Amino acid sequence: MIEIKGLTKKYGSFYALNDLNLTLSEGTVFGFVGANGAGKSTTFSILATLLQPTSGDAFINGKSVKTDSHEVRKQIGYMPDFFGVYDQLKADEYLDFYGASYGIPEAEREILIPQLLELVNLTHKRYEYVDLLSRGMKQRLCLARALIHDPNVLILDEPASGLDPRARVEMRDILKQLKGMGKTILISSHILPELAEMCDEIGVIDGGRLIAHGTVHEIQAQLAGERYISVKIKGLLENAIIFFEEDPFVSNVETNTEKNILTFNYRGSEDDQIDLLKKALDNQLRIVSFSEAETDLEDVFMEITKGAK
Amino acid sequence: MKQSLSNPVLVKEIKLRFRSLKSFTGILFYLIAMAIFVFGFIMLTTSFTGTGYFRPEESFFMFAMLTFIQLGLILFITPGLTAGAISTEREKQTLNILLTTSQTSFQIIIGKLTSSIAFLLLLLVAGLPIYSMVFLFGGVSPGQLGVIFLFFFLTMLAVGGIGIMYSTIIRKTIVAMIATYGTMIFLAGVTGFIYLVITGINTMGGAGVPTSSPIGHFFASINPVVLILTLITPQSDEFITSTTLIDFPIWIGYTIFYVLITILTIFIAVKKLRVNMKRAK
Repeated sequence: MIEIKGLTKKYGSFYALNDLNLTLSEGTVFGFVGANGAGKSTTFSILATLLQPTSGDAFINGKSVKTDSHEVRKQIGYMPDFFGVYDQLKADEYLDFYGASYGIPEAEREILIPQLLELVNLTHKRYEYVDLLSRGMKQRLCLARALIHDPNVLILDEPASGLDPRARVEMRDILKQLKGMGKTILISSHILPELAEMCDEIGVIDGGRLIAHGTVHEIQAQLAGERYISVKIKGLLENAIIFFEEDPFVSNVETNTEKNILTFNYRGSEDDQIDLLKKALDNQLRIVSFSEAETDLEDVFMEITKGAK
Repeated sequence: MKQSLSNPVLVKEIKLRFRSLKSFTGILFYLIAMAIFVFGFIMLTTSFTGTGYFRPEESFFMFAMLTFIQLGLILFITPGLTAGAISTEREKQTLNILLTTSQTSFQIIIGKLTSSIAFLLLLLVAGLPIYSMVFLFGGVSPGQLGVIFLFFFLTMLAVGGIGIMYSTIIRKTIVAMIATYGTMIFLAGVTGFIYLVITGINTMGGAGVPTSSPIGHFFASINPVVLILTLITPQSDEFITSTTLIDFPIWIGYTIFYVLITILTIFIAVKKLRVNMKRAK
C-alpha cells in the first residue's frame, strides 16, 4: 500500500510538487500522466528515497520514505527515466551485482537470474555485455534488475520512452504479467492510451499538483461533463445541422460531408440525450447511427491540463 | 559470514577494472619502466666506477630513488583512480540505481575506495621483485622496506579518501580530479615550502638562533616526501627537530594526521553520498 500525504518539493520559490495526496491499495496499477516538468519524476524520486521532500511524507507499506528509507528501499523496485549501464558487465553479472546489493545469497541469485531473464525475454542475451544491448533490451534488463529482490512495489518512470513500437508492446506485455503477479505498480508514461489499457487508476499531474485522479472512466467523465456524439445521417445534412444547433446542450457541431457524419459535444444528461434522439426522429431526420464516441485519453489529458492552466 | 564480509561494489569494481585493457597495459608499462630504471642504474654505476661491482651504498641510493619514485606514483595515480569513483557513476547515470539498493552509503564508499587501493597495491606488489633487487647488494633491511610499504599504504588510504570525498561532493569528475590533485600538490609540495619559510623566518628573527616552531614542525610532519626522507635517513628527523625545536617523531605526526584525514574524508563522503536524502530533523 502506498500513502502520499501533503508531499511538497520546493526549489527556492518554485514548487516542483505541491501538496500531493494519494492513496493506492495493494495490487493497484497506477498511471501517472503529466507533461514534462509536471512533477512525475520528482514524485518518483521521493518515493525511491533519492530526494527528500520539503514537507509532507510518503509511506510504502507503512514505512516512511523520510525516516525509514533503508526499509523502503527493500520494498521498492525503481526504474528511472534515464539510466546507464556498466560497460564491462554481462547481463547475468549485471543482475548478479544488484542481487548482491540487496543481500540475496549467491545460491539464490543463481536460480533467480535465469528466471528473471526469461521473464523479460532476455535469456538468449545472458552472456552479452549490457552496453551492447539495444535500448529496448536495456530497458527490459533494467526492469529485471528492479525485480531482483522481489519487491511488492514497482516505481517505473517512463519505462517505454524511446522504444520502438515492437519494444513498447513487449514492455507492455511484461507489465501485464507483473500486474498479474499482484505487484503494486506506479508507472508514468507519455503513451497515454497504453496507460489506459493496463492501469486501474490514473492521476493527472500538472504544475506539481494532482489535478485529476480516478479510474480511466472516471477521468474521462471529468472532461467537463461533456460527451462526444457522432450521428450518421442519410440524405441532406443541412436540416440536421439546423436541428442539432438549436438544442441548448449541443455545442461545436462539425460535419464530415463525405461520410455524412455530424459530430458535436453534448452537455445534457442521458435522459436529455434520449429525448434529443426521439425529437430528431420525430423531425423526420433519417438517422443511420447515433452513438457516443469514445474519448481518447490524450484528449482528456489535453482538456484537463488546459483547464488547470 | 562470507556474505557479510563481501562487498558487492568492491567485487563489481575489481571485475570491471581487471577486464579493462588499460589496467594491464598500465601495470606492464610500470614494470617495464621500473626494470629499465633498476637495471640501467646498476649498469651505469658498475660501468662508471669501473670496479665491475655494485656496493651497498649504491644499493641504498637505488633503494632511496625507487622509494621516491613509488611515492610519486602513489601521489600521482591514487587521485586518478579515486576522484572519479562516485562522480563517474553520477555522469553515467548509474548512481541513482545504486542508491536505491539496500547497500548503505558506507558500503558503497568503502567498496569504491578499497577497489582503487587494491589496484595500487597490485602495482606495488607486482613491482616488489624488481624492488627486491636491492637486497642482493645489501645496504637495506627487509624491515625498512616493510615500514616504508606500511606508510605507502597509509598514504594511499588518505589520498584515496580525499579523492572519494571530492568525487562525492563535486558533481563533475574533471573538477573532482583537479581538486584532488590540488590537495596532493599542497600536501606534497606546499607544506614543505611552508616549513622552509617558517623555519627560515624563525632563524632570521632570532639572530641566527632558531626559536620553537610547532607550526613548522606540523607542516613538515604532514609532508609525505619529508616522511620518506626521515624513514630512509633518520638524520633528517634530527635536522627537523633542530630547526623547529620540537622533539616529536615525524612518523608519529604523519600517522596521526593521515589516519584522521582518512576517517574524516570517508565520513564526509558517506554523509554526502545521499545528500538529497538527509534524515529529517
